[in-house]
Amino acid sequence: MTALRRRKGKKPQNSEPQSEENKEKKSNETEECSNTENLNLNPGCSSSSSTSSSSSRRRKWSCVDSCCWFIGCICSLWWFMLFLYNAMPASFPQYVTEAITGPLPDPPGVKLAKEGLQAKHPVVFVPGIVTGGLELWEGHSCAEGLFRKRLWGGTFGEVYKRPLCWVEHMSLDNETGLDPPGIKIRPVSGLVAADYFAPGYFVWAVLIANLARIGYEDKNMYMAAYDWRISFQNTEVRDQTLSRIKSNIELMVATSGGKKVVVVPHSMGVLYFLHFMKWVEAPAPMGGGGGPNWCAEHIKAVMNIGGPFLGVPKAVSGLFSAEAKDIAIARAVAPGVLDMDVFGFFQTLQHVMRMTRSWDSTMSMIPKGGDTIWGGLDWSPEEGHACSSKKKKNGQTSGHNKTGDLANSVRIKYGRLLSFGKDVADLHSSEIEMVDFRGAIKGNNLANITCRDVWTEYHDMGIGGVKAVADYKVYTANSILDLLHFVAPKMMKRGDEHFSYGIADDLDDKKYDEYKYWSNPLETKLPNAPEMEIFSMYGVGIPTERAYIYKFSPATECYIPFQIDTSAEGGEGGPCLKGGVYSVDGDETVPVLSAGYMCAKGWRGKTRFNPSGIRTFIKEYRHAPPATLLEGRGTQSGAHVDIMGNFALIEDIIRVAAGATGEEIGGDQVYSDILKWSDRIKLKL
Amino acid sequence: MGSILRFRKLCFLEPVKSSSHDEKTKSEGKKISEAPKIDDQKTCQSATTLLLEEKAKQKKQKKIPREWRCIDSCCWTIGYLCTTWWLLLFLYQCLPANLPGLRAPEPPGARLRREGLTPLHPVVLVPGIVTGGLELWEGRPCSDGLFRRRLWGGSFTEIFKRPMCWLEHLSLDNETGLDPPGIRVRAVPGLVAADYFAPGYFVWAILIENLARIGYEGKNMYMAAYDWRLSFQNTEMRDQSLSRLKSKIELMYVTNGFKKVVVVPHSMGVIYFLHFMKWVESPPPMGGGGGPDWCSKHIKAIMNIGPTFLGVPKTVGNILSAESKDVAFIRAMAPGLLDSEILGLQTLEHVMRVSRTWDSIISLLPKGGETIWGNLDWSPEEDHVCASTKKKHLKGNSTDSRRGFQELESTNYGRIVSFGKKASELHSSELSTLNSPKQVSLSNGNSQVPNASCGKVWTEYDEVSWERISKIVENKAYTVETMLDLIRSIAPKMMKRAEAHFSHGIADNLDDPKYDHYKYWSNPLETKLPNAPDMEIYCLYGVGIPTERSYVYKLSPSGRCRSNIPLQIDSSAGGSQNGCLKGGVYFVDGDETVPVLSAGFMCAKGWRGKNRFNPSGIHTYVREYKHKAPANFLEGRGLESGGHVDIMGNVALIEDVLRVAAGASGVEIGGDRIYSDIMKMSEKINIRV
Repeated sequence: MTALRRRKGKKPQNSEPQSEENKEKKSNETEECSNTENLNLNPGCSSSSSTSSSSSRRRKWSCVDSCCWFIGCICSLWWFMLFLYNAMPASFPQYVTEAITGPLPDPPGVKLAKEGLQAKHPVVFVPGIVTGGLELWEGHSCAEGLFRKRLWGGTFGEVYKRPLCWVEHMSLDNETGLDPPGIKIRPVSGLVAADYFAPGYFVWAVLIANLARIGYEDKNMYMAAYDWRISFQNTEVRDQTLSRIKSNIELMVATSGGKKVVVVPHSMGVLYFLHFMKWVEAPAPMGGGGGPNWCAEHIKAVMNIGGPFLGVPKAVSGLFSAEAKDIAIARAVAPGVLDMDVFGFFQTLQHVMRMTRSWDSTMSMIPKGGDTIWGGLDWSPEEGHACSSKKKKNGQTSGHNKTGDLANSVRIKYGRLLSFGKDVADLHSSEIEMVDFRGAIKGNNLANITCRDVWTEYHDMGIGGVKAVADYKVYTANSILDLLHFVAPKMMKRGDEHFSYGIADDLDDKKYDEYKYWSNPLETKLPNAPEMEIFSMYGVGIPTERAYIYKFSPATECYIPFQIDTSAEGGEGGPCLKGGVYSVDGDETVPVLSAGYMCAKGWRGKTRFNPSGIRTFIKEYRHAPPATLLEGRGTQSGAHVDIMGNFALIEDIIRVAAGATGEEIGGDQVYSDILKWSDRIKLKL
Repeated sequence: MGSILRFRKLCFLEPVKSSSHDEKTKSEGKKISEAPKIDDQKTCQSATTLLLEEKAKQKKQKKIPREWRCIDSCCWTIGYLCTTWWLLLFLYQCLPANLPGLRAPEPPGARLRREGLTPLHPVVLVPGIVTGGLELWEGRPCSDGLFRRRLWGGSFTEIFKRPMCWLEHLSLDNETGLDPPGIRVRAVPGLVAADYFAPGYFVWAILIENLARIGYEGKNMYMAAYDWRLSFQNTEMRDQSLSRLKSKIELMYVTNGFKKVVVVPHSMGVIYFLHFMKWVESPPPMGGGGGPDWCSKHIKAIMNIGPTFLGVPKTVGNILSAESKDVAFIRAMAPGLLDSEILGLQTLEHVMRVSRTWDSIISLLPKGGETIWGNLDWSPEEDHVCASTKKKHLKGNSTDSRRGFQELESTNYGRIVSFGKKASELHSSELSTLNSPKQVSLSNGNSQVPNASCGKVWTEYDEVSWERISKIVENKAYTVETMLDLIRSIAPKMMKRAEAHFSHGIADNLDDPKYDHYKYWSNPLETKLPNAPDMEIYCLYGVGIPTERSYVYKLSPSGRCRSNIPLQIDSSAGGSQNGCLKGGVYFVDGDETVPVLSAGFMCAKGWRGKNRFNPSGIHTYVREYKHKAPANFLEGRGLESGGHVDIMGNVALIEDVLRVAAGASGVEIGGDRIYSDIMKMSEKINIRV
């Protein structure tokens, strides 16, 4: 009531002068009342008659009043709920879940703790691209107040508040691939770097929590956070990240009584750690000077999760037109949204492209091994793959009818990573007219300086160049490299210094001591560590991008001249072709071939890539979407990031960390056709 | 009724109409004939005619509108406040970051960068007690959902939500001083461990930011976070914190082009790092096995901020009765609040129980005995004049610092604990005669001790008989040395546990092999500095704030649970002639926590030149920062503060740290800088160096 009184007390001041006007206004108010009457939403009208003295005054603030009332109501309700939520015992959600879905299985950590497992080997996590947090250490004036705040990861609040500033800070220098002058973005360090990518979106958190259950803590877990934007060797040059990882592994081995570490890299971290293993044994100054036995002395096992050993086709489309399946769909559904020029500065894709093209690391994931691995114009290792049966497999649990519809499915030419037009994608190679683009003159500039400051190298490429690219029609893994060199010469020049995509003929060649080869498993030997174990753990059963059908963008001022042809569907490609993308089995990002080949064949036994005969294991996890909403992202997911919450995978990791060997956790576990596909690849081993 | 109310709340539609109608009919019935009123009603009537029939049915419920209106106006108020708040927040967000009026003074880092300073030496930050965050790794069922959340530091929300659970998890084991079974609470690693203690309350953040301005970043800055509850050697036993620190320093030394590190410890971190320096050069397994040259090879300078070299008298008050100045003050203002048992809260008892399981607190007890801290009739600070300190405090310069102290009697600071104000002032020869009969009778009267009646709060006072306590009280005055005996007698278990890790004496012969034991490593009076002639040691601390030095105690008023904490500070004791006694606490110059003597003596005398504590002649510098309260509200906690923690935002101190990190030597930044009487006090201390 006091509030009411205050309200009354306040009003007279502003309404008194108007009280004389009331009579004149009456007629207006009548209208007001009758107007709002339809909506039945006029408290002022009603309350005017309620309190006899201030009826006319009420009218004045009826609209604001009801707004305030409404907001207050919502707020109070919200607070009340919040209070209830806070007062709720922590075990309540679990209780509800159990009531609905029946008793949940114990999380693997709890289960294994009951079995008596204890922390034994220190664990090192190597996060992948994108998932690690980045924070600001020095910035331009537009980034004031963001010191040591996350620019990448966390809530991404700054993307919306100052998008251009954000893009500017996240980009690297075009020439050097390092920080632009005056900007310092550094990786967040510690477990917090990649436990959650955004609030509620776990990456490593579930694994960490489960490891903690059997006794792991900060002293025997280490997150090897690095700046995932720059090339692997540059992380050492700029931040000494590799030295830091080396020192930390040595420290953990020393303080845990000589127990070797178990390394768990994820996604691009797999390549990064491959690079690390070569770096650490190479002599200083290029390497870490750890001596030829460093890996044998310090590493028990490398448990690669979803490792893009041989690259990811997605990277090609990402570099070529800054789009992947999801973006292509967004474009199809709402054409124009992404290309909008409404705000003058809102050229989303162009900005994204400019930013990602300045990141060297994306080039580490261009498909490696060329046509030998990824297939030529008329051949590819996965060609018998049938997508329709996969759908069914998803629902069921076993895929026994895999071969059933193999006969009538058309052989998709996955080897053609890029084709211009759907018809070209289906034709036999002899029928395609290819005009070589390599010598093409790039001609006059497509759109000169009209495109403001968005820098993509397409501006340097004239119409002639664009046309030449399209005239070549079809690109395989080999010619893709030439294509990228053609459309983005500067970027590729930078990238060529740090990465290589070929297959080594003679691994003992002196040139392979160069660090650019270290992250390519086909151009390096594994370290001399016969007791080490390498696991390849990845999800299967999700359609994964493998090849693309492109078309010209509708000609406008200054866009990326190519885009995925989302209209290309079905037809001869069968269900594997959707929205211009041919998909194949994998974990939604990495195709099975890339994740599994090295462990299935390339490194199996004593080969030239694996001279000391390190044992390799393939652990596949079939994707099963979460049964109910309550499960969140699922405990049996096989997706590239969600697999980090897969109970079976976590259990395997914990067992190995607690001392088990690859045989003890069951050896290979294969659901896909990876072994068959590997056999089709003719690579000298 | 209820359903209608709910209905109204939900849709706000017809109930409104009906209420208006009800009121209207009511007012019509009363025939109030205010012209505008009726007009209004008419308009409304016309507006609501459609619904009239329905409403006629609800005529009887006349009370409802009134109730509804109350909720309504509440909602209105809340909504109004919220909207205003959001609007302000929005405006604040839209505000350009550097509005001319609000422009903060230029941070020292930016200025020094313009001068051309660049990072040279890697920096190691060693946080002190209490300021480091602690997070949960494994806990009891009551701590569900707190995995890897901060229990200490941050917003402390858990204290309010589940206080007993929180206390249980922060306590350590009584016997071992390590984790209780089933609980693992660990230090938060990284710079985030102690950059902010609570949201908005900086500790290291300002220093970090300024270091970053001249180019420091994660690779050449390291926060040596450790679990500050444990004894120093136990941090190595359990977490390998010392090994980790050694490895990090070595790594930074190598990756930064073989540049030695500059170490910046704060508060208890100072003696932690002292311990580290001995540990790292000692042979394994007790030490780190770095060899005798490790420190000289890896460390350029140690810039101790607010160092607690010789201990802190506050700790005594803390251990005896879990209170210090602030707590005593609260007790004086609102007697009973802290002791109230209404809520089942025995706040102080719980605090005492938890903090007594923390070994590290014992490391802060005054060291050096009567030689340093004075005896019954003598103390190094005895000439200190507090009244003028107050003035200095306000003015900011010390022109009148020694005016008028000759007419004042000197304070017996040496009596670190005395029972009754009188006992603190009399000459020692008269002390024994002061056994007042009243005290004796009191002790006789309350001879029965309520034993296990006070719940499960464990403080060792349960096991101390009342006779013992009354005897303690009869003794009247305690010096630092007898005070240690006092604590041993009332808390034998704690002292037994802790004295395996810490020592508080002065060494006669430093070459005695017994001093190789780790319990001596954190006491500067029982260790030699490492053999590192190029190293520099700085003592950086604030002066000009009254700092607790000794206490006047009394027996607690007897109550049901008196057995828990039988002693408390006599907050009624105040106003000695020279104004040093306030609320039962004698004050001296310092930074609010550490007296000048403890912070400055080692650098001013103990280690100055080549002496037995400093055999290689490491250079020492005393740099004092006079406290100046923030001039206006915008300055926050002040740019020239000398407070124990606030000094981390002191511009002059930051500048000194930055300059040394960028390569300057102690002489280049100006050598000693002294405002207090530390030199005079040090002279008075008769110690063989």
